[in-house]
Amino acid sequence: MSEFADVAIGVWTLRWRRFRRHRTGMASLFILGVLVAFVLAAFPLQYFMGIDPDVTDLFARFDPPSAQHLLGMDEAGRDVLIRLMIGGQISLLVGVLATLVGGIIGVLVGVAAGYFGGRLDGVLMRFTDGMIALPLLPLLIVLGAIDLTKLGFSSDFAHSGAAGFWRIVVIISIVDWTAIARLVRAATLQIRERDYVRAARASGGSALYMMGTHILPNIATPIIVSFTLTVGRVILFESVLSFLGFGVVPPTPSWGNMLNNAQELVTTAPALAVYPGLLIFVTVIAVNFLGDGLQHAFDPRSERTP
Amino acid sequence: MSELLGIDDVSVHFPAAGGRVVRAVEQVSLSIAAGETLALVGESGSGKSTLGFAVAGLQAPTSGGLRFEGVPLTASTWPAARRKIQIVFQDPFGALDPRMPISSIIAEPLLIQRIGTAESRRARAAELVAQVGLPRDALNRYPHEFSGGQRQRIAIARALSPAPRLIVADEPLSALDVSIQSQVLNLMKEVQETHALSYLFISHDLAVVNHLVDRVAVLYLGRLVEVADRAALFAAPAHHYTRALLDAVPRIGRRRARHGGTIKGEMPSPLNPPSGCVFHTRCPRAEALCGAEVPVLRALSDVQSVACHFPLGSE
Ligand SMILES: Nc1ncnc2c1ncn2[C@@H]1O[C@H](COP(=O)(O)OP(=O)(O)O)[C@@H](O)[C@H]1O
Ligand SMILES: [Mg+2]
Repeated sequence: MSEFADVAIGVWTLRWRRFRRHRTGMASLFILGVLVAFVLAAFPLQYFMGIDPDVTDLFARFDPPSAQHLLGMDEAGRDVLIRLMIGGQISLLVGVLATLVGGIIGVLVGVAAGYFGGRLDGVLMRFTDGMIALPLLPLLIVLGAIDLTKLGFSSDFAHSGAAGFWRIVVIISIVDWTAIARLVRAATLQIRERDYVRAARASGGSALYMMGTHILPNIATPIIVSFTLTVGRVILFESVLSFLGFGVVPPTPSWGNMLNNAQELVTTAPALAVYPGLLIFVTVIAVNFLGDGLQHAFDPRSERTP
Repeated sequence: MSELLGIDDVSVHFPAAGGRVVRAVEQVSLSIAAGETLALVGESGSGKSTLGFAVAGLQAPTSGGLRFEGVPLTASTWPAARRKIQIVFQDPFGALDPRMPISSIIAEPLLIQRIGTAESRRARAAELVAQVGLPRDALNRYPHEFSGGQRQRIAIARALSPAPRLIVADEPLSALDVSIQSQVLNLMKEVQETHALSYLFISHDLAVVNHLVDRVAVLYLGRLVEVADRAALFAAPAHHYTRALLDAVPRIGRRRARHGGTIKGEMPSPLNPPSGCVFHTRCPRAEALCGAEVPVLRALSDVQSVACHFPLGSE
């Protein structure tokens, strides 16, 4: 029996092989790995070199790069490099978490509505339409103003930076899942009646099996495209929210708010805008190419077999 | 021979716009013996697929019931029956998941039914790929790399994987090139012998049926109009509709339309079937009685039953 074991290869192995052959996808994975390493380097820098991201030194404003401060100091005399690293941790985490939370909610709602149809579809889609119809700005203000202590969180947590972080993840997820839900529902409706889905149903496949094995892989392309576009959008959206005073508030840095602050200084200290802007740009591009690679991995028709 | 599948007074109705009802299948009773091939023939829209889907457990009958190996199929007996009843579809391009490798496609019924280990399922896929005449390296390839005929072989391998006793084949040849049709037909015959299978073989083409089947059931507008052994049906059809279908088959040594042409007009809508005998609007033999009274299916002999007030060969 085991003589066949190596003959038939698992579907995930085949997907990984296809991904590995996608050059820009692999390059993007590498670049994202480097970015993650970069933002994590904040910890050694902070603890071993004793550099604090929040301590201001008014005598060191706009100091040029030096051996101690590799990228120089910002308008408040803080080390730019460590702020980029810590800001990156926050931006990347917000980008990934909010995309995943909102995206997963959207995918679940969309697949359930499309697959089960009927009453459930009606209820879910009416709810989705309702969410889409809500005006964004008042919604943001309400969500930003919710008093966390009233929701049972301790007052310590409610006023910490972590609360602001999670608040922003929740806000973006709530605003962002609806588009994916509609998209996924429409795609699910198309796949649901295919004969291969029927064949699996005739064999007794459960609804969960059907969605996981047939529906999701076959609608992977629009899902991946939408997720990758969302990551970039969320990173920028975070800066807007911070600007409005919700979520990540100064002095805690994020690439978004660093870029925002630097705008007024663009003539005096252009580098302060260039660094976070460049990092956001590289992240967005890398995520998009990673998405290309994933699409390639999920679609066997994307390459001729050797 | 012992009964494998019993179809007992099955009707399938679909709701349509304006509170109307599509009577896709109406009070059909049939049985399939172990090892037997029963053909289900009729024009497009006569309810063949709907009945086939009911047999494959894809469509719950509106009324009536099914029996498999003597056990009535209910919510509690269906799960176990599902591995023994498999289905092959008409369109080989829609029947295989384009994102699944062939080995996973073939082993899928086993995976769903939790039969064996991952390794034994792959071994089974490898075995079946060879049996249906595909190279072993097909296992790690994907559906788009295969032709229609090869895909239908893959679909057959998938249907065979859980060692079923009955395969519902819904026009498995009609999407294929004529040159490929006989190959796939031969494959179906071959695996029937090696696997001791029964087929419910759906076709709109009686010519195909002649080569494979033991008995033929003729469906018209959801009603069963004639059931007979193949030989009896081809030699002496009893229903005027069956005769018309036979006349439409081109055969060597016989001129087409010997009996004065095929039937006229189009099949009426199942939303609004004619009164009495549903065929009377197109029947060359129709009389007043036919529009008034529904003919019941009655046995003309041991091997032939017909639902007609004035069957052929009885006057
Ligand atoms: N899911 C459905 N909903 C409504 N009507 C249907 C459905 N499936 C089939 N029908 C109708 O039932 C009739 C029989 O269809 P079908 O079983 O596909 O016929 P055949 O396979 O013989 O061509 C047709 O009139 C068709 O329009
Ligand atoms: Mg059909």
